[in-house]
Amino acid sequence: MESILQFFYANKEAIFIIALTIFLGLEVISNVPSVLHTPLMSGANAISGVIIIGGIILVGHADLENLTEGSNLLNLVLGIFALLFGTLNVMGGFVVTDRMLEMFKKKKK
Amino acid sequence: MDVLNITNGDIILEFIYLVSALLFVVGLKLLSSPDSARRGNLWAFAGMILAMIGTLVLHRDGVGNTIKGANLVIILGAIAAGGLVGAIVARRIKMTAMPQLVSFFNASGGAASALVALIEFSNPDNESTLVTLLGLVIGSIAFSGSMIAYGKLNGNIKDIFSKWMTYINLLILAGVVVLVVLLMLPGTPVESKQLLVYILLAVALVYGVSFVMPIGGADMPVVISLLNSFTGIAAAMAGFIYQNQAMILGGIFVGAAGMILTLLMCKAMNRSLINVIIGSFGGGGAGIDREKGTVKEVSATDAAVMLNYSSKVVIVPGYGLAVAQAQHICSEMDELLEANGVEVKYAIHPVAGRMPGHMNVLLAEADVPYEKLVEMDEINPDMPKTDVVVVIGANDVVNPAALDDPSSPIYGMPIIKVHEAKNVIVMKRGMGKGYAAIENYLFYNENTRMFFGSAKDSLQKLVTEIKAL
Repeated sequence: MESILQFFYANKEAIFIIALTIFLGLEVISNVPSVLHTPLMSGANAISGVIIIGGIILVGHADLENLTEGSNLLNLVLGIFALLFGTLNVMGGFVVTDRMLEMFKKKKK
Repeated sequence: MDVLNITNGDIILEFIYLVSALLFVVGLKLLSSPDSARRGNLWAFAGMILAMIGTLVLHRDGVGNTIKGANLVIILGAIAAGGLVGAIVARRIKMTAMPQLVSFFNASGGAASALVALIEFSNPDNESTLVTLLGLVIGSIAFSGSMIAYGKLNGNIKDIFSKWMTYINLLILAGVVVLVVLLMLPGTPVESKQLLVYILLAVALVYGVSFVMPIGGADMPVVISLLNSFTGIAAAMAGFIYQNQAMILGGIFVGAAGMILTLLMCKAMNRSLINVIIGSFGGGGAGIDREKGTVKEVSATDAAVMLNYSSKVVIVPGYGLAVAQAQHICSEMDELLEANGVEVKYAIHPVAGRMPGHMNVLLAEADVPYEKLVEMDEINPDMPKTDVVVVIGANDVVNPAALDDPSSPIYGMPIIKVHEAKNVIVMKRGMGKGYAAIENYLFYNENTRMFFGSAKDSLQKLVTEIKAL
């Protein structure tokens, strides 16, 4: 319990941001025409690939000289996989969304 | 973390994250309107690239070192490989495989979040244990759940449901909570924590599987957008670890957007989210013993004549259209009828198909202009003026029991009121019940004609007949 309270205090700015972001999300997304449900979902999905920043930080500061120490090597390998999956999500998501929207576009005669 | 002097680079990086976060918000906003959608996607993409480049160039670790040399090469290599594969798959895949693909990408995002959280857990500098564990759990569930959804949409995995699953799921979920608490307790030794975290990973993965396993059919759109929302939340949790505002904001924003879409889908079925996750359609629903009329079949020739000589035709597509891959032949029939002066529209139910907006993507692929796709609420008032409705592979979304039979499991769900049209042609493979396993009295209506066969064959026959007229 105490750690939750501490967590709240330590992250109070972030928690404010979250609360407001949720409202922002509600405002921005409500009233989307159903035509756009799929592209919106897949575009949002691509944005959740923002996790690659975490991957970049992890692999970027991995200690390559002491790979045999502790779980350094394991962490490096896992980090590379995180990067691979993350970019797969980002690139795939944006490209496929663009493809869908292109399809909607050209039909507008 | 040590107290480091803040350099200009640090400030610029924070500023870059702010710009990226704003680009995500603006991008999604533009994505929610048809005219600006494509631009919105590009803006969001630009935000992502900006955040990536900023991190690569400017990010410094606890002792102030930026990313350099071999690390940079490894990162660029991994990004190039992942990006290339993602782009190629997204370009090459058939449009009809879209629901699977979106699930697959979602799974990879979840996996990335889970991996980052897993690595960060063993990092002694990381003090945010709770968010790390939450990121691990939510990311893992998003990953394994999306993979199961992928399998289902691809037709590799069948729905498994028994009443048991609900209890088993609750048990697994309780296990997750217990493990998280154990890992949070200060008394637990570090060595056993390393073991426990792997157990937690395994249990969360299992939960993802068992949670999606029983859900299927018409509930798929709900699950897919829910899993989408999870991936966003998992990314936000990882953002907390790094105190990275772009990750937090982007992740939460996606999580909120996904949640709204999820609730929208639930509303379209008049069910609560809990009901979708825990409950299942009860089947049966024979509360009222109605007089069953007789099922009247229609021949291809008669159907073709009916369609060709009407002035207003509405097509109601459902999952059956997607399964039969009949969207092109459907569009061909539409064009033939339009050429003969018939007004053709499509009525789109919000949960038709297996993902939110599935029918729109499917029909767009077959060159149907999106102006012809009309949402349920807009088309319902026109139903009495419609000469012929063609229901292609849809069932529950046109079942009048939702309106007038309080004992029906789908009672209260908004439907497309095709029974009010002058004539209805239902294309179906047989008299089987829909996903919800509920009797559909529409089929016995006076003005309903059945056209049995796979949607593709039936439409092909119709096209041939219309051409011959």
